[in-house]
Amino acid sequence: MPSAVDAVQLRGIGKRFPGVIANHDVDVTIRSGTVHALIGENGAGKSTLMKILYGVQRPDDGTITIEGKDVVLKSPTEAIEAGVGMVFQHFMLADNLTVLENMVLGAEKLHGIGDGARAEIRRISERFGFDLDPDVLVERLGVAARQRLEIAKVLYRGARIIILDEPTAVLVPQEVDALFANLRELRAAGNSVLFISHKLDEVLDIADDITVMRRGTTVGTADPATATKRELAELMVGSELPSPETEESTVTDTVQLALHDVTLTDEFGRDLLSDLSLTIRRGEVLGIAGVEGNGQSELVETIMGMRIPSAGRILLGEQDVTHWHTRRLREAGIGYIPEDRHRHGLLLDAPLWENRILGHQTRPPSAKGLWINRKGARQDTERIVEQYDVRAPGIDTPSRALSGGNQQKLIVGREMSGDPVLLIASHPTRGVDVGAQAAIWDHIKRARRAGLAVLLISADLDELIGLSDTIQVILRGRFVGTFEPSTVTPQELGSAMTGGEAA
Amino acid sequence: MSASNIRAIALSLLAPAIAIVLSILVTTLVIAAVGSSPGEFWSTMFEMPKPRLRVDIVNQTAMIYIAAVAAAIGFRMGLFNIGLEGQYTIASFAAASFAGAAYLGGLANVAASIVVAMAVGAIWSGIAGVLKTTRGVSEVISTIMLNSIAITLVGYFLNTRGVKEGNTVHTTNLEPGSTLGGFSPFEDRDGEIWVLTLLAVVVGIGFWVLLNKTRFGFDLRASGQSESAALASGIDPKRMILISMMLSGAVAGLIWLPALFGGARNYGTSFQAGLGFLGIAVALLGRNRPLGMLFGALLFAFLSVKSNDLTFGTDVSPSIVQITQGVAVLAVVVTYEVVRRWRTRLEQRAVSRELAGAAS
Repeated sequence: MPSAVDAVQLRGIGKRFPGVIANHDVDVTIRSGTVHALIGENGAGKSTLMKILYGVQRPDDGTITIEGKDVVLKSPTEAIEAGVGMVFQHFMLADNLTVLENMVLGAEKLHGIGDGARAEIRRISERFGFDLDPDVLVERLGVAARQRLEIAKVLYRGARIIILDEPTAVLVPQEVDALFANLRELRAAGNSVLFISHKLDEVLDIADDITVMRRGTTVGTADPATATKRELAELMVGSELPSPETEESTVTDTVQLALHDVTLTDEFGRDLLSDLSLTIRRGEVLGIAGVEGNGQSELVETIMGMRIPSAGRILLGEQDVTHWHTRRLREAGIGYIPEDRHRHGLLLDAPLWENRILGHQTRPPSAKGLWINRKGARQDTERIVEQYDVRAPGIDTPSRALSGGNQQKLIVGREMSGDPVLLIASHPTRGVDVGAQAAIWDHIKRARRAGLAVLLISADLDELIGLSDTIQVILRGRFVGTFEPSTVTPQELGSAMTGGEAA
Repeated sequence: MSASNIRAIALSLLAPAIAIVLSILVTTLVIAAVGSSPGEFWSTMFEMPKPRLRVDIVNQTAMIYIAAVAAAIGFRMGLFNIGLEGQYTIASFAAASFAGAAYLGGLANVAASIVVAMAVGAIWSGIAGVLKTTRGVSEVISTIMLNSIAITLVGYFLNTRGVKEGNTVHTTNLEPGSTLGGFSPFEDRDGEIWVLTLLAVVVGIGFWVLLNKTRFGFDLRASGQSESAALASGIDPKRMILISMMLSGAVAGLIWLPALFGGARNYGTSFQAGLGFLGIAVALLGRNRPLGMLFGALLFAFLSVKSNDLTFGTDVSPSIVQITQGVAVLAVVVTYEVVRRWRTRLEQRAVSRELAGAAS
C-alpha cells in the first residue's frame, strides 16, 4: 500500500561541473510503493541526478528528503543506510565468486557469510521471483540473472528505494518482460523503484509516475495511464522523435562484400566465429542482431583485418582480402565506425584535425607521399565540421572536449570521406543524443542511396529494423536466422537472439 | 587565437617552473638538514661559470640532448627504452674500434663510424624490439638486462683486444686526420666545443620534423596516445614497436660520438657512462618535446658541470645536485599531470562557453 509519506523528495537540486551545468532546479517526488520512471535524452542529466541520490556526488543546491527526513548523503554507504540502493548499468560483480559470495561481499555483518546469508538470499529470491541459486558461480549466469543478482544485492542490504539505471539496455524483449514482473513484485511489497530509461514503450508499460528531464532540469511529469509516446517524446526533445525508417530499397546486384564460411578460433582452439557466410550488395544495409558478446566484435575485427580468420574467404568486390591487414583494407575503401569510439575511434588528446587523419594517414587529403598534409587535413576537417554539424569551437579543440554525439558525428564524417565502398558501422548511435542520432541515420541512408554497402551492428532493434534491408541474427558466433525488416517484430528477433528460449 | 596561444604557452611553462622551484626548495632543505649552508651552495651554483666550464656545459648539453631525444622516441610511442645506457656503450665501443682501425681516411672515416654507431645501437635495441613483438617480453626488463650484457661484452672485448697503456686499456687511438676537434670560443686552455655537438642540432630538428610532419611520426604519436585506436586505424603495432625501438637505439648510438671525435680519441677511461640515464630524466623533464628537452639538457649539464665548483668553495658534496636533478624530474612529472587535468577542465569549459554563446 502506498503510504502517506513520499519515499523520496528532491527539491531544487543543482549540480555544476566545470563548464557544464549538469542539474538545476530539479524536483522529483517518488511516492512510496511505486515505480517512478525518469526519462530524458542522453545528457539530459539523469545520471548525475541518480548519483546525487545515491551519494556518489553531492549537490550544490537543493534538499533531499527520504521517507520524511531531510538527509545529506556523503557516500553510497550513507545512502544505503538511508534505504537507497542503486543498480548500475555496468554490473559490479566478481565473476569468479558465487552468488552468495557476491551478495555478502562488503555486507558480512548483516547475516554472516554462511547459512544465515544463504537463507536470506533464498528468501529474497523466492519472495520476488529472482530464481537465484546462492552457490552458483556468477560467471555461469546470463545477463538477466546477473541483473537480478544486482537487485537482490541491493535488497539484501536493506534498501527500500531502488534506483535502476537503464536496466533494459542489456536485455532482450523477453527478459525485459521478466524484469518487469520482478519489479511489480517489488512494488507490491512496498518498495519504491526509480527506473531510468529512454525507451518510451517500457516506461508506459511499467511506471506509475513519470518525470521528464531535459537539459539538466525536470521539465514535466506525466501520467502513464493517459500519456502517449508522442507526448513524452515531445517533452523529452521538444519535438517529435525521429524515426530510422528507410524508404524504398536501393539494393543493387553488385556484391560488395562476401564472406564464405569464415571461421575464427581463439588461442585455445575454440570457435569464436563458425562458418559465417554473408553477402552485402552495393546500396544494401545488412543488419546484425544479437545479444552482445555473441561474436559481433570478432566479426567486425575479422572483416577489418584486425584478426585473420582461421578458415574461409573474404571478398571485397572481386578481390580476395582474407589476409589483408587493416591499412590496406581501409585504403581499398572500407570505412569503419568502431563500437567504442574512445578506445578505437579517436585520439582524445589530439585536436580534431589530427583525428581527421586517423585511419586515413596514407590517403589524400591527409597525406602527400610520406608526409602529412597539414593544410589539406585541416581544410577537410573544416568541411566535416560544417557538413556533419560537429559542434566545436574550432578544429584545434582536442576531441576529448566534445560531447559524445559530436565526437561520433566527426567519426561518421571522417569514415564517409574519400568515397568508401563499404561502411562497417558498429553501434553508430550508441550513447549519442537524439539530434545526433537522426543526423547519423540520415547520413547512412544517403550514402546507401549513393550505392554504399553497409554492415550495421546494433543493440538497438528499432535502429536495425529501421535501417536494414536484411537482418541476420548472430548467436554464439553463428548466424541463426535471416529476417526481413519490414515484417519482423522485436519479439521475433529477441527470440532468435536467445536461441528460442524464453527468458 | 593569439591570446589563447599565449595562455597555452604560459600553461606549458607552468609545470617546469613549479618543478624547478620545488627542487630548489628540497635541495635547500636537504643541505640545511645535513648542517651545511644552503646560501653558500646556491651562491656557488649560480655564480657565472668560468670559461672552461662554459665550454664543458655546451658539450655536455649536446650529449645529454641526443640521449634525451633517443629516450623521447620511445616515450612518444609508449615504449620505455631504459636501455640507452647499454646501446650507447656498445655503439661507442664499436664506433671507436671501427674508427681506430682506420679502414678509411679522414672525414670518410668519421662518416662511416657514425653509421656504424647508429647501426650497432639499432641492432642492440632491436633485440629488445624483437623480444617484445615475438615473445611479448616487456622492453623495460629486456633493455635493463641488455644494459648489463652490453657493458660486460664491451669490458671483455676491451680487455682482450684493446691497447694496454700502463694500468689502462683503450681502443686504438684515432689517426689525427679522423679527429675533428672543435673550436675554442675562449682561450685555448679553456678547451673546445666539439664539432659533433652539431649532431644534437641535427637530431633535434630531425626529431621535430619526423614527429610533426611525416606519416611515420603521426603513426608513432597515435600509437603512443592510444594503442587500440592506432590498431583500428591500420597501424601495425608490431612493426611500429620494432621500428621505433631501433630508431631510439640508432640515435642512442650517437650520444658519445661528439666526445670521441672531439677530445677522447679512443674508447677507454675517457668514456663517460651515465648519459643514457640522464637522457631519460631529461626526456621526462622536457615532456619529450624538442625544445623542452633542450632546456632540460642545459639545466642538467649546468648542474652537473657547475657542481665541480662545490669541491673547492664549499663543504657541500657535489652529489647534492643529483638530488636537485631527481626532484626536478619527479616534480615535473607530478605537476605536469596536475596542470594537464586543470587544462582539460579549462578546455571543456571553453568549449561549452563558446557553444552556449553560439546557440544564444
